[in-house]
Amino acid sequence: MQKKQPEKIPFWLDPKKRAILFQIVVLGIVGLIGYYLVSNTIFNLRSQSIATGFGFLHKESSFEIGESLIPYSAASSYGRALLVGALNTLEVSFIGIIITLILGTFIGIARLSTNWLVSRLSGIFIEFMQDIPVLLQLFFWYAIFYDSLPSPRQALSPIEGLILSNRGIAFAIPEAHPAHKYMLLFFFVACILTYFIRKWARRRQEQTGKYFPTFRVGLGLIIGFPLIVWLLLGTPTKMDVPKLVGFNFKGGLTLSPEFVALLLGLVLYTSAFVAEVVRAGIQSVSRGQREAAMAIGLRPSLVLNLVILPQALRVIIPPLTSQMLNLTKNSSLAVAIGFPDFVSVANTTINQTGQSIEGIALIMALYLIFSLSTSAFMNWYNKRAALVER
Amino acid sequence: MAVTAETHTQEMKPPVTHVGVIGWMKANLFNGVFNSILSIATLYLLWKVVPPFIKWAFIDSVWHTTGKACRHVTGACWSVVWENIRFILFGFYPFDSQWRPLLAMLLLFGLLFYSQNRKHWKKRLVYVWIAGLFVMGLLMKGGLFGLSAVESTKWSGLPLTLLLSVFGLTAAYPLGVILALGRRSKLPFIKWLCVAYIEMIRGVPLISLLFMSAIIFPLFLPEGVTINKILRAQIAIILFTAAYIAEVVRGGLQAMSRGQYEAAESMGLNYYQTMRLIILPQALKIVIPPTVSILISAFKDTSLVVIIALWDLLKTTQSVLANPEWMGFSPEAYIFVALLYFGGCFSMSSYSRKLERELSAGEQR
Repeated sequence: MQKKQPEKIPFWLDPKKRAILFQIVVLGIVGLIGYYLVSNTIFNLRSQSIATGFGFLHKESSFEIGESLIPYSAASSYGRALLVGALNTLEVSFIGIIITLILGTFIGIARLSTNWLVSRLSGIFIEFMQDIPVLLQLFFWYAIFYDSLPSPRQALSPIEGLILSNRGIAFAIPEAHPAHKYMLLFFFVACILTYFIRKWARRRQEQTGKYFPTFRVGLGLIIGFPLIVWLLLGTPTKMDVPKLVGFNFKGGLTLSPEFVALLLGLVLYTSAFVAEVVRAGIQSVSRGQREAAMAIGLRPSLVLNLVILPQALRVIIPPLTSQMLNLTKNSSLAVAIGFPDFVSVANTTINQTGQSIEGIALIMALYLIFSLSTSAFMNWYNKRAALVER
Repeated sequence: MAVTAETHTQEMKPPVTHVGVIGWMKANLFNGVFNSILSIATLYLLWKVVPPFIKWAFIDSVWHTTGKACRHVTGACWSVVWENIRFILFGFYPFDSQWRPLLAMLLLFGLLFYSQNRKHWKKRLVYVWIAGLFVMGLLMKGGLFGLSAVESTKWSGLPLTLLLSVFGLTAAYPLGVILALGRRSKLPFIKWLCVAYIEMIRGVPLISLLFMSAIIFPLFLPEGVTINKILRAQIAIILFTAAYIAEVVRGGLQAMSRGQYEAAESMGLNYYQTMRLIILPQALKIVIPPTVSILISAFKDTSLVVIIALWDLLKTTQSVLANPEWMGFSPEAYIFVALLYFGGCFSMSSYSRKLERELSAGEQR
C-alpha cells in the first residue's frame, strides 16, 4: 500500500517559513523608517545649507578652552579641541574612579561595622547620596565654590599650604627635584617586582603549601623603594607654595572650581553605589565559609585573603565595573557647570559649525568605545572567574 | 511526699552594665579598643558638624524676608525658597490657575498611594490609572469644561518633572518588555536588532540622547512639521529608559525555569499565549523591585533636561538664583530641591524594599 503523501502545509502555518516572513516584514518596516528619516534629514540639511562630513575637524576652532592637558590655543583645529575634551573626560573619570573605589569600599565596610554609630552614619550617607540627582549635587558643589567661598584676596587657608577661594583650590606640592623622577621609576620597579613575587608565592603555595606574606612584602617594597631613593638623593623637602599674584595664584597646584565640583559630585554620588555593591558582596559570602576557614585554623588575615575576598570579589566586580562606567558617563554632565569635557567641547563645536549630526555621532562613538571595551573586559573576567560547579 | 523548697532565692536583676542604655552602649559602641576610639572620633566629628549646621539652618535663619534683609543674616536665608515657592514649583504656569497643576499632582500622589497596596493590584487599577492620567492631562492642558487652555510650553517646575518621569516610565515599560522578548527571541534578525538597540542606548549617556532630541530630531521630520520640545525630550527619556527596563525584564525572563516553557508548549499554547499567560506574569513579578529602582533613576534623570533648557524644577530654581535680589543663596535653594528629590526617591526605595520582603516572604514557606 502506498503511503499517503502528507498534506502540504500552507506557508503561513509553517513556523519556519512564518519566522522568515515575520523577519522580512520587520526588516522592511525598520528599513522604511530609516529611509524616511534619512531622506528627510538630507533634504533638511540641503535646504538649510548645512555642510556634512568630518572636514570641519581640520578647521581652526577659534575658541579657548579653560583647562587642557596638551598645548592648545584658539588657533588649533576642532580635532585638537575635541582631543583636549576627550583627555579631560578621561582625566576626571580616571581620578574619580580611583577616589570612588577607595571611598566606596571604606563606606561599604563601615556600613557592616559592629559599631552602631559608624554603621548608621554610613547608611545615612548612602541613602542621601543615592537619592539626590547627581546633576543637583554638581550644581550644589559648584555653588558652594562660586557663592560661598571668598575671592582670592580674602581666601581661606585652613592649613598651611592649602588655599580655598572662588577660583578653586590651590595647594602646595613638592618643588621639582631630580629625585622625583627616580622615585617614580623605582615605584614602578617595585610594582612589577611585587607582581612576580605574588605569582611565585602562589605557585609555591600550591606546590608546597607554604604561605608567603605577599601583601606585606609588596607594600614594603612599594613604599620602601621610593623612600630609600628619596633618602639617598638628599631628602628634598622644599615645597612649592601657592602665592597670590594679581588675581590668581602662582605656584603650587591649582584645581579649578569646575573640576573640583565635578569630581566631588561624581565621587560622592558614585561612592554611595559602590558602597552598596561592596556591602552586598561581602554579605553574599555565607557565614559557614568564615566558620569553616576558622575551624581549619587559618589566621583572621588569611581567612579574609584566601576565603572571603576571592568569593566576595566574584560578586562585587561585575556591578562595580558598571558603576565605574556610570561615573564615566555621568562625567558628561560637566557641560552643565562649564568644565570642558568631551561633551562640552563637542557642544561648542556643534554650535559653531552647525554640524550637529557629526558632533553627536562623535559623542556617542566615544562613550560606546568606553562601554564596549568595559563589557569586553567583563566577559573576559566572567569567563575567568565563573564558578566551576561539579 | 515531695517537699517543696521553702527558701526562695532572691530574684536577681541582671547587672546594670549589661542592660539598658549602658549595656547597649557597651555592646554597640565600646566593644573593644578600636571601636571605642572609632566611636569617640565619630562623636567628636558630629559635635563639630551638627550643632553649627543646626545653628545655621534653624536658629540663625530667616524665613520670610526680602533678599536685601537676608544679606545681614549669619544663618540660612530660607526666604529665597518661601518668597519664590510658587515660581519654583510651578514656573510659568498662569498664576491664577496654579491650583490646577497642584490638584493634578495631588491626584498623582493619591493614585500612587492607592496603588502601593498590593490588595489593589487588579485589572481595575489599570483603568483607574488611565482615567487618572486623563484627568491630570485635562487639568494641565485645560480647554474643556470651562478651564482656560494653557500652552504646554508654559508647563514647568515640579509638574514637568513629574510628567516627564511618570509618562516616561509608563511608555517605556511596554517598549522595554518588547525589547527584552526580542532579545530572547530565536529569530536572528529580531534578536540582533534588539541587542544592538539595547547595548547602544545603554552605552551612551542620557545627555547625548537629549542633545539629539533637541538638535537633530527636528532634522528627521519633513519640512513644516515641528514637535513640541517637551515631547521631544519625553521621547528621548522613553527610548533611554526602555533599554534599561529591557535588561531588567531580561533578567526576569532568564530566571524562568525551562519547565515553564516546556509545560506551556506541551499544552499546545503558541508563543504569544505562552508569553502572555505563563512567562510574563511570573517574570515581571520577580523584577518588580529592580523596576522600582529604574523608576527612581528615571525620576532623578529627568533633572538632566535642564541642560537642553527645559523649565523643570531645577531650572526654575536656577532662574530664581539668577535674580540679583536672590543671588548667592544657592545652597539654601539647592538644599530645598534636594529634599524634594530625596523625599520622592526615599519613599520609592523604602517601598521597593518592603515589596521585596513581602514578595520573598511568599516564597520562603
